[in-house]
Amino acid sequence: MPRHELLTGNEAVAHAVAMAKADVIGIYPITPQTTIIEEICNLAANKTFSPKIVHVESEHSAMATIIGAAFTGVRTFTATSSQGLALMHELLHWAAGGRLPIVLANVNRAMAPGWSIWTDQNDSLSQRDTGWMQFYCESAQEVLDTIFLAYRVSEQVLIPSMVVLDAFVLSHTSEPVEIPDNETINKFLPNFTPSFKLDIDNPCSFGALLRPQFYQEVRHKLNDAMSEALIKINESDKLWKQLTGREWGIVTEYRADDADYLFVTSATTASTAKPVIDKLRKEGLKIGLIKIRVFRPFPFEQVKKYLTKCKRAIIFDRNISYGHHGIFAQEIKSALYGVKNSPEILCYTGGLGGKDITPQLIEETIIKGTKTKLNGSLFEWI
Amino acid sequence: MKNYSKPVLDGRRIWTTPEKEIYSSGHLACPGCGVAISARTALKVFGKKTILVVPACCFAVIDGPFPYSAAGVPLLHCAFESAAATASGVRAALDQMKINDINVVAWAGDGGTYDIGLQALSAAAERNENMIYVCYDNEAYMNTGIQRSSATPAGAWTTTTPAYPGKPERKKDLASIMIAHKIPYFATASISYMNDFIDKFRKAKDIKGFRFIHLLSPCAPGWKHAESDTIELGFLAVRSRIFPLFEVENNKWKITYNPHPTSINKYLDLQGRFKHVKGEDIKAIQTEVDKRWEELCEKCDLPSQINPPEQPVQHTRNQVLSKEQFQEVLSKHFINFSDNENELAYQMLKSLWLDKSYSHFSDEELICNIIARVQMCDCT
Repeated sequence: MPRHELLTGNEAVAHAVAMAKADVIGIYPITPQTTIIEEICNLAANKTFSPKIVHVESEHSAMATIIGAAFTGVRTFTATSSQGLALMHELLHWAAGGRLPIVLANVNRAMAPGWSIWTDQNDSLSQRDTGWMQFYCESAQEVLDTIFLAYRVSEQVLIPSMVVLDAFVLSHTSEPVEIPDNETINKFLPNFTPSFKLDIDNPCSFGALLRPQFYQEVRHKLNDAMSEALIKINESDKLWKQLTGREWGIVTEYRADDADYLFVTSATTASTAKPVIDKLRKEGLKIGLIKIRVFRPFPFEQVKKYLTKCKRAIIFDRNISYGHHGIFAQEIKSALYGVKNSPEILCYTGGLGGKDITPQLIEETIIKGTKTKLNGSLFEWI
Repeated sequence: MKNYSKPVLDGRRIWTTPEKEIYSSGHLACPGCGVAISARTALKVFGKKTILVVPACCFAVIDGPFPYSAAGVPLLHCAFESAAATASGVRAALDQMKINDINVVAWAGDGGTYDIGLQALSAAAERNENMIYVCYDNEAYMNTGIQRSSATPAGAWTTTTPAYPGKPERKKDLASIMIAHKIPYFATASISYMNDFIDKFRKAKDIKGFRFIHLLSPCAPGWKHAESDTIELGFLAVRSRIFPLFEVENNKWKITYNPHPTSINKYLDLQGRFKHVKGEDIKAIQTEVDKRWEELCEKCDLPSQINPPEQPVQHTRNQVLSKEQFQEVLSKHFINFSDNENELAYQMLKSLWLDKSYSHFSDEELICNIIARVQMCDCT
């Protein structure tokens, strides 16, 4: 039987990692991720699970350590934020290039300078091209469930996963969470059987010099595996629904079916937007919501499916690519290029460095988005 | 002074290694590379139940490109600065799987150890991770083509210290840094002193916790020395006290080979990287070497012999050993050479035994030298 507990987003991560029985966990503190590793240490101390926790001296070494452990054939985990994730950057490539099913939780935090401990997505989106899957979550329940899904899919397609949650708004906010029983988890997430490992009976070298005749082929395979991942995410989501009654989708919609306007966003901004959609619907505006949950692999088909049904898409990014505009917006635009019935697209960026995204702010953005006369592309700061 | 005239080697067990090779031929080391010799011997000592973790360094290339690997044991390539952290992960995973009979060995160059990898190294040492960390120190970034590292000695020419007087700063004292972590075992070792080398690797293998072995690894293209001088330079580095052989076990310091000291001139003369080093500069290097030797002796509770004699001790040899006598000496060393290797060794003996330029070597040292050379020939 599942049980219910009041958990913060960070506690949900820790509980899921414990239930997934991660074997080796590299830990290093950084606000606002720290409570994940503290909770993991507590869960290990009270024997909820028995991982080997390696108390490293940096995020770089946290990732290096679990890369070593994953190559030796066990399930691994680490968590970080912001500067820590940026410090790991080199090794994020290493984990993906090594085809290691590592799972990492990143609590979105703005990059310095100036110092900020509050949320925005520039840390994780800066790692877009490292070859990791990225899942953006909006609730503690979604975080908990996504950790299981991340392990399952990562181990199927041999690509590492980054489960992303907003600083404080999600990481430190308590919500009731349904925790599945171990039997359910065992059905969903079988024990990890590595398809390759450091083996004294079959000595191989891993990561050796790849000459030009091989390198691209290896990377091509990684990219193919990303496409396969989308199918596996879908399958796993269906199985999760069978087991728990919950599904999270790849791209999810809220009142989008008959919408003229779509508000497109990600993570906790989607939760904040739902009551605004309801309010505006009541007032007669045919508006719906699209949440992009899986950012890598990018869900081209789902984006096309939903966005070609509306007249205008209002994309709200909590991130910025300097010299361009919001990163989700860029990706959505590229997915719609040359597609028949593409909507008009308005790109807004706001909420950086924890700047509050309130229902009022979303409402103003939507109203502005519906009324603006569009001449080509539009990008504005909120 | 009398106390030190007798090599400690004589009072020590002479080790041998298994005949069977683990490290295979076909690797990509340069001719005369010190690393090929040390890797070959170290792997014989560690055996097949070993996992190597190798960051960016010459050995990452030497082992071979995909799909080849010369190591003969599982080898994990890792990022430049992450050898100690990655090896920690390998050990953690083995612990989780309750496998405790595998040696986890980080095998890294001086760049990956002294410089970019020092942070992760220090952390792994502080955690007393159960691994053996071997730094083969060729005293510069050789894989990228001879750039200065913090292991480069003062005065050495590199491509990034091209102007006189070479690198102005002294070599980082890594030994002190590592020993300050109070690790269970620290040792320096040289491919030219194979018995001492094997002794230390065996010891390291049997100890639990963080073990560190510092190898001085002559590099023909980087040091600008003749490929045939690799072993000679190893000897000279130890004899001139530039690279003393010592170990620290449970905070007990011990000089494992106390040589007849020679001046540093010959060591410097054989290397193009010190070509410009003359007069006062040599004196300055000698002063530094003497100072460090004195410090080392103090830590080992030995009176030091600071001033090396102007003229090294000469050993006069009149008659070449017969083939039978030589065989006897080899068997004393538990050396099992093939017929070809025996022949090669004997030819070397004939050419070196009466050679006056080797008269500063004792009989024992000369034979060790020949053994090492033959092992290198087979290897490279």
